[in-house]
Amino acid sequence: MTLLANFWQQLLQSDLIHYYKRDKIAIGSSVVFLILALMALFSPLLAPFDPYDLSQIDLMDSEMPPAWLPNADPRFLFGTDDQGRDLWSTILYGMRVSLLIGIFAVLLQSAIGIVIGLVSGYIGGRVDSVLMRIADVQLSFSTLMVAIIVLAIVKNAFGSETYSSYAMLILILVIGLSEWPQIARTVRSSVLGEKEKEYVDAAHVMGFGPVRIMFKHILPNCLSPIFVIGTVQIANAIITEAALSFLGLGMPVTEPSLGSLISIGKEYLYSGSWWITLIPGFFLVVIVIAINLLGDFLRDVFNPRLYKG
Amino acid sequence: MPLLSIKNLSIEFPSRYETDYAVEDVSFDLEAGEILGLVGESGAGKSTIGNGIVQLLSPPGRVSRGEIYLNDNKISDFNEQQILKVRGSRVGFIFQDPMTSLNPLFTVENQMVETILTNLDIDDAGEAKKIAIDLLAQVGIPDPEVRIKQFPHQFSGGMRQRVVIAIALSGEPELLIADEPTTALDVSVQDQILSLIRKLCKERQVGCLLVTHDMGVIANITDRVAVMYRGKLVELGSTRQILTAPVHDYTRSLISAVPRSSVRIDRFPLVEYIETTAKGLKQIDVSTHWLGQSKKHSGGENLLEIENLNLSFITQDAILARNRRYLQATSDVNLQIKQGETFGLVGESGSGKSTIARMVAGLQQPDSGSIRFDGVELIGNPNREAVQQIRLQMQMVFQNPYSSLNGRMKVNDIIAEPIRFHRLTPADQVSGIVGDLLDHVGLGRQMGRRYPHEFSGGQRQRISIARALACRPRLLICDEPTSALDVSVQAQILNLLKDLQDELGLTMLFISHDLPVIRQMCDRVAIMRHGRILETADSEAFFETPQNEYSIELLSLMPRFDRIYENEPAAGP
Repeated sequence: MTLLANFWQQLLQSDLIHYYKRDKIAIGSSVVFLILALMALFSPLLAPFDPYDLSQIDLMDSEMPPAWLPNADPRFLFGTDDQGRDLWSTILYGMRVSLLIGIFAVLLQSAIGIVIGLVSGYIGGRVDSVLMRIADVQLSFSTLMVAIIVLAIVKNAFGSETYSSYAMLILILVIGLSEWPQIARTVRSSVLGEKEKEYVDAAHVMGFGPVRIMFKHILPNCLSPIFVIGTVQIANAIITEAALSFLGLGMPVTEPSLGSLISIGKEYLYSGSWWITLIPGFFLVVIVIAINLLGDFLRDVFNPRLYKG
Repeated sequence: MPLLSIKNLSIEFPSRYETDYAVEDVSFDLEAGEILGLVGESGAGKSTIGNGIVQLLSPPGRVSRGEIYLNDNKISDFNEQQILKVRGSRVGFIFQDPMTSLNPLFTVENQMVETILTNLDIDDAGEAKKIAIDLLAQVGIPDPEVRIKQFPHQFSGGMRQRVVIAIALSGEPELLIADEPTTALDVSVQDQILSLIRKLCKERQVGCLLVTHDMGVIANITDRVAVMYRGKLVELGSTRQILTAPVHDYTRSLISAVPRSSVRIDRFPLVEYIETTAKGLKQIDVSTHWLGQSKKHSGGENLLEIENLNLSFITQDAILARNRRYLQATSDVNLQIKQGETFGLVGESGSGKSTIARMVAGLQQPDSGSIRFDGVELIGNPNREAVQQIRLQMQMVFQNPYSSLNGRMKVNDIIAEPIRFHRLTPADQVSGIVGDLLDHVGLGRQMGRRYPHEFSGGQRQRISIARALACRPRLLICDEPTSALDVSVQAQILNLLKDLQDELGLTMLFISHDLPVIRQMCDRVAIMRHGRILETADSEAFFETPQNEYSIELLSLMPRFDRIYENEPAAGP
């Protein structure tokens, strides 16, 4: 119990919290992000309808405008889409899909990137050259291009039916596997700095093995930049997923993410149903900006070279 | 009328926790042509005064009170524009590290001519260059016409510092502020630079404020000394008075802590003024304790034998072997370290002494040669298990206490890690042993719950020693263990090492560039230069009757307190 209290005490006195308290942008963006994330997490409780349940959908309700416009149905706060789904419920569920893909894709990226970056930086020499050239090759293909090719192949090989049921998993794998060099490079550069320090020499002299030195001694000292880039990468992954869904390769229409909602709506823009595109788009922008601002804040705090008054 | 007059100067650094008073109520005067030494340990505020005079404090530091007069101009009231004219043309600066205080992208000529054109009333670049060449000649740079066209990297460290001095003088300043001007240099170069600064100050009647932590430097060139302690000026007087008859307790303990080069003493006098060691530590009986139960010596006089050790680094790689260039870090090094002795390895930077330590510790593989520990060959031995066991018996204490501890681990875990990893003792005894170790190195077991960043440099070095002891070593390799520490702390750490050696029968390989420290610590000494061992001798014999020419030269340059008398007559106006 005292241990927990101690940890809490330390956290409250840390620089992170200190600078957080006087950074209005950081407070604002984290509050926005938290609200959105909680909304996504509790979407089954908050949403008035279940957009995945076909029995709740009535085609007669399609393209209803948001509640504050004329001819609106008060049941649908943000109106409905082309199939008569309540947009507000669909956005809540879609945000959950987007965030899940973003977070898990980044976890996958980090797992691969940290291992490769550590090995590359620590062993150096040929191993380093080979791994980093692989990273360069990976980076020279745009993530979107790789994703489009892989998703198209999977869709054709296994059929849309199978694809739809595993779409989220496949998206996480594709985004996670194609973006690892970002993390690997960051980790490698901090490892290069850390491994010259004497505590690493001391660990050698005490006879510890390379795996222990890498993960127990060097990795904990490289965590701050990983945090920063990880945050930004979540935003990137969400955007990538949205772009793929917009192109019709992401989440299926039956389980829409924010991207697929925007995509559905684009056909109805000219017929006046702007809300199907713009409202999910607004949520997407807000969530990405909030995450990016948080990333900026973390970068500023963890960079001791910046003078902070 | 004094050249520089500082009255009740206070400088503060407000931070999020509290306001830190770096300098409190300091007053002193400096006459033209006089060298005033500002001495103190790290954090005493001595550099802060130097920077405060020309308003170069890094934010959030600020002068909170007091007045600074330079030739009756109150420069503490000057605004940004006015103080710009003071810096460079009226006050010259010499910084610690000549490697970073020159711009590597410009030639010496560019940098000097620029300074001269800005600070003197000269518009003609040709004339400025003439002045620059003249200045370089004055600071003792040979062939100034040729060398002025070169870039900083083409100069050695000492030569660079001469260039920095020339640049500092190029604005014809009234006052020179030298902030640790020789700390980054080798002893042989240090002496030349100090004499040069003294000569120039006397010739040009420039006042000099010399900031240093080194009592040897103070003894060699200053006329008067101001002793700083935690932001306060505790004593001010002539160099002879301060060094021979100090009045203040702090000055007295500071001077007693400086290792003597003349005689070997058993222990350093304790400096209880500065960092008191924790009270109420549990004393352990080493003969029965786990710590004392290391493997016993298996006969044979020498614990460590090094034969024909060679290592070269590739400085320029090429595909063809004959086009590669090498730097011979060590060549044909032979050493024998006897059981229970302290063996000193001395040399200037780049002489290869640390490289030998790294090879012995297994951090670097030699090209050829042999290292035997207690009769077991370590180089190219196919029995890895045996080598691993032997390596555990050789532990190392590193130079930099700020980077030699993993900042993300608690002190308890840092010390327990080797014990747990190698299963040196049953798991339930580990925490008890770690506590005993912390007590034994004078920190106290309750400190184990903290993280390294909560400790000072000297305390961290104690943690580092405790960690090395946790492997129950028989050979302790100390690579400049005190060169990053203040003298008072250095004395404590050296005493601790001596005590540990007596109790545990440790053999030590002690590496240092500091000859007085070597004299106090070592039984035998080897002197190195350019990767070779020039002379190996008993410590007393080495210091009394050195055989090698280079040893004689180094010993003659060793900073000594008794040299103040030579400079005495030149003092003051």
